[in-house]
Formats: sequence, structure tokens, C-alpha cells
Amino acid sequence: MQLLVFVAATLMVIAGAIGVVVLNQAVHAALGLVLTLFGVAVHFVAMEAHFLAVVQVIVYAGAIVVLIMFVIMLLGIDRTEDLRVEPLPIQRPLAGILGVAIVALLVAAIFAARDSGPLQTGVGLDVEVREPAGAAATVTPDANVKQLSRNLFGDQVFAFELTGVLLVVAVAGTVVMTRRERKPSLRSPATQAASDRSPAGASSLAPEDAT
Amino acid sequence: MLDLIWLIPALPLLGFLVMVVFGRRLGDPRAGYFASTMLAGSFVVTVAAFIDLLGTPAEDRSHVVTLFEWLPVGNLQVDMAFLADPLSIAMCLFVTGVGTLIHVYAIGYMHGDPKFSKFFCYLNLFACSMLVLVLGENMLVTFLGWEGVGTCSYLLISFWHTRQSAATAGKKAFITNRVGDWGFMVAMFLAFGAVGSLSFATVNGAAIQGDLAQSTATAIAVMLFVGAVGKSAQLPLYIWLPDAMEGPTPVSALIHAATMVTAGVFLMVRVNPILSVADAWVPTMIAWIGVGTALFAATIAVAQNDIKKVLAYSTVSQLGYMFLAVGTGAYVAAIFHMITHAFFKALLFLGSGSVIHGMHEEQDMRKMGRLYWLMPVTAITFIIGWLAIAGVFPFAGFWSKDEILLFAFADNVALYLVGLLTALLTAYYMTRQVIMVFFGEARWTDKSAEHGAHGDAKPHESPWVMLGPLVVLAVLSTVGGFIQMPFSETTERLGRWLHPVVEPAEGIGEAHIDGSWADEHIFVLAIIALSVAIAGIIAAYLVYQRRRVKAVEPAILENAWYYDQTVTELMGGPGREAFEAAAWFDANVVDGAVVGSGRAVRSAAGGLRRLQNGYVRASAGVISVGVVLLLAWLVIVRGIV
Amino acid sequence: MSFALTVPAPTETWYLVLGAVLFGIGSVGVLVRRNPLVLLMCVELMLNAVTLSFVALSRSVGSIDGQTAVFFILVVAAAEAVVGLGIIVAILRRRPGVTADDLTELRG
Repeated sequence: MQLLVFVAATLMVIAGAIGVVVLNQAVHAALGLVLTLFGVAVHFVAMEAHFLAVVQVIVYAGAIVVLIMFVIMLLGIDRTEDLRVEPLPIQRPLAGILGVAIVALLVAAIFAARDSGPLQTGVGLDVEVREPAGAAATVTPDANVKQLSRNLFGDQVFAFELTGVLLVVAVAGTVVMTRRERKPSLRSPATQAASDRSPAGASSLAPEDAT
Repeated sequence: MLDLIWLIPALPLLGFLVMVVFGRRLGDPRAGYFASTMLAGSFVVTVAAFIDLLGTPAEDRSHVVTLFEWLPVGNLQVDMAFLADPLSIAMCLFVTGVGTLIHVYAIGYMHGDPKFSKFFCYLNLFACSMLVLVLGENMLVTFLGWEGVGTCSYLLISFWHTRQSAATAGKKAFITNRVGDWGFMVAMFLAFGAVGSLSFATVNGAAIQGDLAQSTATAIAVMLFVGAVGKSAQLPLYIWLPDAMEGPTPVSALIHAATMVTAGVFLMVRVNPILSVADAWVPTMIAWIGVGTALFAATIAVAQNDIKKVLAYSTVSQLGYMFLAVGTGAYVAAIFHMITHAFFKALLFLGSGSVIHGMHEEQDMRKMGRLYWLMPVTAITFIIGWLAIAGVFPFAGFWSKDEILLFAFADNVALYLVGLLTALLTAYYMTRQVIMVFFGEARWTDKSAEHGAHGDAKPHESPWVMLGPLVVLAVLSTVGGFIQMPFSETTERLGRWLHPVVEPAEGIGEAHIDGSWADEHIFVLAIIALSVAIAGIIAAYLVYQRRRVKAVEPAILENAWYYDQTVTELMGGPGREAFEAAAWFDANVVDGAVVGSGRAVRSAAGGLRRLQNGYVRASAGVISVGVVLLLAWLVIVRGIV
Repeated sequence: MSFALTVPAPTETWYLVLGAVLFGIGSVGVLVRRNPLVLLMCVELMLNAVTLSFVALSRSVGSIDGQTAVFFILVVAAAEAVVGLGIIVAILRRRPGVTADDLTELRG
């Protein structure tokens, strides 16, 4: 049963990933991404990281992909990028080689590590074995959440706070970056004020000529 | 009082500083009085220090006053310190004494000059530098004074700088001195390298103890001698001194007769232990260069027509005598001659200045004559100076020159003979000068008949402010010889006074000639010297006064053996090419290495720059390549943990 | 019905391999695609691969720290997406229809 779930989810993941890379239209690529994200969420559930699975769906698939879609629609980038043309001749072969190389090396690393013993706590290695996520999963269904929250707000509270700061900074930065500059006006102040008040002077969201 | 010896250079320095700011307001003649007072103050302090030193026992007559730590750099510890010992106080006495007299004289001589206060400003600065030189406790303080006097010499020679020849002469003096200064600097480096200190006491002490290797001592001695040759105008660097006569006469008297040019001799005497420890050829070389220069300059003086040029070459010649003394180990004789020379040469120069002043700035002796009756005081003092320099008994020059010749005979008869020949020539040309200027027929014209002539066009006597110093110097030239008379131990006052400095240990320093033929027959040699002097006087009398014999003044002598022209040719021709080659090397090889490395970096960067084509994906590709390589290294080479 | 053959249960190695493959696909996409938004999506793919690996390892090591890390990765990915989209909007507003290949001002 587990194998079946694994295979199904894996197919979703790989199919979606390939779709993102291969499909011409941006919206299609976004849909591929959603497929991948769902697949990963299924994997999470299979690995008993329930909370994360939910968060994955809500945040990633629900918010981020929707945002991307929103921007695609907003800016009208549906002019298809012709994937048959490649301006930089070296790029395709290089990508192929590198992709294969990365996968191969990572797999080699995985298999090499599998044969070695468990991680030794040594210099710089500070791994404490806590209650295993699966083993200590007792009767309560929210055991995972409990553990996660205890870790997050306990040991990692500093990182948590910093992440909050990061979010604020990101939002503020984005707002500043995407503000539309007011161009120095050649009109008299009276006319400018009148124009400001009327809805005709409001900025439109359509891409305009450069200011 | 010995603790206050720093006042000796400080007073003229104060004078300089005050006159830099207020000089023009002080004006003519108050600036002159102020400057003279400052130097007179130094003289008073010097006398007090002298008395103090007399009060201390002979072995302890070496007092160091440290003002402040000047250069504490790593292993080098140099203090601004002054040394009061017999040699330095003796030098200070005549520098401040003669200097004050010349300052007073200059008040009269420079009267009416628009840059009157600036002149005294420089004079005081010069006095300060010279005193720092003499009082220096270590080589660097002495070098400070050395450079100072060189600079002031330049400033004062080219005082009337609007005259092209004066400006050129000033430059020539400075640059020629610089060549010598290079020697001094190298000597300082060697001394520091060998002994670790620049203090005279330490370096001399090392030489006495035997801690100074002979080769090092030789090198130091030779290099210091190079410096001395530059400063004291010996062959081959004497060329600046005749040209330096472009400066006002008080300058010639002070700097180029009495004080600055003696700095080289002073330095040699100061480091006499090093000379004793050096190879034997070093003192011999010094003696031969000295006596050679003496003869060379004397031959030139015979044919000069400018009143000051004769005296300039005479100075070169007398300095040669002093170096002869240093070379033969007669340090006391060298200092003795330095002192007497200061008296009579300053007297002669100031007298010539008085003549020039009286002749309304005429300097050519061929246009003078018969001035004795028009300028009696000048004439009489000048004659006293003449007798002193010619070496006539009992004037000062007789005693000092005789002492030098005595030691020369004891060392090498050849040196003695050359010295004797020079004495003959000295007497000859000085007599020639006296006759041409004061006696004979008047070759000047009374310009009072010409239209536009002002007041007295006849040569006139100078004011008393100028004659006073002449009289004092004349007296000193007469009795100055009595400080060192070879009759007995008691009469050799200067020798006893300088004993701790020139005989610091057994076998070091002053040469001993007791028991030699020369010592046994002092009187014989004295008579010979005196007769030679008188022979020279008579010869000149016959040639110039009586006109019995034709004057011998070949052009080659008048042009100073074409030495100047030769140097110009050499420096202008192959010299210039050498310099330009050095300059080319510096610009292209040395600078080229520096600039070239910059250029190489730029061209490399320019090449590498083209990798940045601006494509984001290319950058992504490069990053990925890096990632792959890193992974590969971790997995394959290291083996993933 | 019972299977005669033993069905292998997915071990953590399988998940890690899947993560590696997903990462590789994502990196290829970054190198190949020109549309800026699709580029962003490929980056998200890579991040997902990492989160997958983290959770797998957390499970095998037995520590909850891996999942916390995933949590943070998620948050940062969200922030990064926001900022990236903001940049893309700002650029494309001025120059509509550009692709990654047209933005070549930063050249030597």
C-alpha cells in the first residue's frame, strides 16, 4: 500500500516537474507546478509530517502559485516563449550535462552515506536524537504538531523571530520597489490638483509607456 | 654655566626668528645691532663656558648637555645634545668672536642695501648653524649644522640674486657641497652599522678600544674626508669657493674664511681616533691632497686681478695647509692655523671690503693703487694681515704655519718641500696684492670731474663701524700666535688645552715628533720658513713695485688651470650622458616595473571582463558548474561522510 | 490476496533519490527557461526537493529539527517569491514582454 502511494505521488511529482520545464505557456507551467506541490504534500503525509503537508498545500500551492498566476494574468505574459529557439548555443547541452551530473552525484552521495554508520556526534556535529517523529507518535493525532511547535517556539524561537523580521522586510521592500514613480509634472499646481482628484488621473494597471 | 651651552646656538637662532618677523620694521641699522648683540651674547656665554672648563680638571673636560630625544627609532638613539669640550669651546670662541666683529662690520658695509635686515637674518641663522655644527655631540647634530651652513652659504652667496652670476654661484656652492655631503651621510651609515651609535664619544671610543675594524674605520674616514673636501674646498671640489666671492664681502669673510670652510678640518680633528685606526694610506692621502691643493691654489692666486678672488684662492691654499696638518697627525697645529687664519683672513677680507667700499664698488686691482695715503687705517690693518699670512715673525701666521711645516718635515720631506714652495708663493702673491692696491701708482681716475658724479669720487676711508673690527682683528693677528709657541710645555697653551681631545689614548691622535730631526732643529726650520717668506716678499716687490723683473702671469694661471672648464666639459658631456642614462633607467625600468604591473593587471582584467556578457542564464550556468564541481569533489575525492 | 513477493516499503533512500531527481529537473529548468516567471517556478521546484529531503532525513534521524527547517524554508520561499514577483512586476511594467535574455545591462 505504501509503495503504491509512493509510486503515485512520485509520478505526480515528476510529471509536474517536467511539465514546468518543458511547457511553452506560462500558465501551463504553473499548473505543472501545482501538480508537483500536491505530489510532495502526499509524500509528506506518507512520511507522517501531517502539519507540513497541510502547510505545503495552503502556503505553497494555495498562496504562492496563485500569486504567480496573478502576476501572469496581470502582466499578460502569455506571449509564448518559443522553446525551440535557444539564443545561447551552449546552454542546452550544458544544462543537460549539469542536470545529469547533479543527479548522479547526489545519488552517489546518498548511496555512499547509506552504507556508513549513523552520524557520529563529533566536532561541530551537534545532533541530538529526539523523540523520533514516527515512534513517539502516540494516540493523539496532533502529536506531530505538538512536537513541531515545541521545537519551533522553544529551541528555535530566535530563528522564528528573525523569520518574522524577514517577512516584514520582504513586504516593505516589495512595496517600495513596485511603487509607481510620479513623473515631474509640467502642469500648474492647480491643474495637477484637479487631475489628482479625478479618477481619470488614477494610475492604471496596464503596462504603460516608460515614465 | 656649562649646562647653558645650548644658549650659544640658541641666541643667534632667536635673532633669526625675531628678524624673520620684525626685521623690516627694525630696519637699517637696528637690525644689524640686534644681530650683533645676539652673537655677542653667544660669545659671552662661550667665554663663561671656557672659564668653567678651565676650572675642571683636564680629564673631565667633556660635558654633554642633552636637550631632548631627537630620534628614538629602533636601535638608533639620537639626541639633540651639545658637547662642551676643549675643541668645541675653542671653535666656539673664535666663531662667535670673529663672527661678532664681522656682524658689526657688516652694519657699515651693508648700509643702504634694501635687503639690510634680511642679510642679518641670514647671518644669524648661519651663526646658529655653525655653532650647532661645532657643538654637536653626535654626527647627526653636526650634520644638521653642516647642512645649515651649506644652506645659509647658498642664501648669502646669492644674496644679490638679481645678478645672474650671483645666483649661479650660490647654486654651484650648494650643489658642490652636496657631493661632499653624500660622503658624510655614507660615513654616518657606516658608523651606525659598525658601532650602533652616531655619538662621537661612542664612535671614537670604539676606535680607541679597538672595537672598530680597520676596514670600517678606513671607509668612515675616507667618506668623512669626502665631506670635508666638499665643505672645505679642496681638490677636486674647491670650485665653488672662488665663485662664492659674488656674495657681499662680510659673507666672504665670515663664511668663506673664518668659519664654514673650517668645518671640514674640524670634523677631521673631531674624529682623529678613527683616522689613527684607519689604514696608513688615509692620512697620507689627506696630507697630499691638502698640500697639493695648497700649491695649486697658490699658483692661481698669483695671476688673479680681482681683489677678492686672490683672497679666495688664498683661503683654499691655507685650508690645504690645515689638511696637510691633519694628514701628518698635527691636529693641534691644524686647529692653531685655523684660529690664526680666522683672524688674518677675516681681517684681509674685511680690509678688501673696506677698499671696495672706498673705491665705490670697484674690485679690480688693476684699477687701484696708491690707496695707502687715502685709507690709512685700512691700509695698516691690511698690511698686518699680509704679514701674518706671509708668515713673518712675530705675527700669528708665522707660528702656525711653521708648526705645520715642522710636522710635515717629520712625516715626509717631500710634503715639507711642497709646503715651503707654497709659502713662497703665498708671500709673493700677497705682497703683489698689497702693492697693487695700496702702493705703486694710482690707476684709478678721480671721477669728480665727470658729470653726474656724486659727492666724493675719490677713494675714501670707511666709517668707524667698519674700521673698528679691522683694528681688533689686526691686534689678534699680531698676538694670536702666542697661544702656541714651541719653546716649552708652558708656552704650548693650545696644545695643552686640546690635549684630551687630540690625544685620547696611547698611540692615538696627535703625532709625536720628539726626538726626530725636525724637533731637534726647530729653529733651523723656522729660519728657513722665515727666509722663504721674505724671499717671496722681495720677489714681489721687485716685480711689481720696482718693475725690475717682468711679471709672470700666464693665462693658464689666470684661468685657474682651466679646471672649471674641464669640469663643465666633463659633466656636460659624458657626465650628462651618464645622468640621462640613470634617469632613463629610473623612468623606464623602475617606474616601468611599477606601472607595468598595473598595466598587466588592467589588460588581464580587460580580457576577463568579456566573460561577463550580462546573460543571467550564463551566470546560472557558471554557478551550476561550480556546484557540480564541488559536489564531485565532496563525493569522489573526499568520500561523503 | 496475498502477494507472494515481498513488496519493498519505501525507505528514506527512495525519498532522497526522488529529491535529487527533482532538484536536477529544477536546475535544468533554471538554465533553460527564459520566461522570468517560469524561472521562478523552477526555483520553487528546487526548494521543494530540498524540503522533501529534509523531511525524509528528519524521519530517519528521528529528530523534529528537520521539519522545523522545512517550516523555515517554506516561509523564506514565500518571502522570496513575493520579492521576486515584485521585481518582475517592476521590470515588466517598464519593458513589457522581456525575457531573462533581454535583461543584459550588467555586462562588462
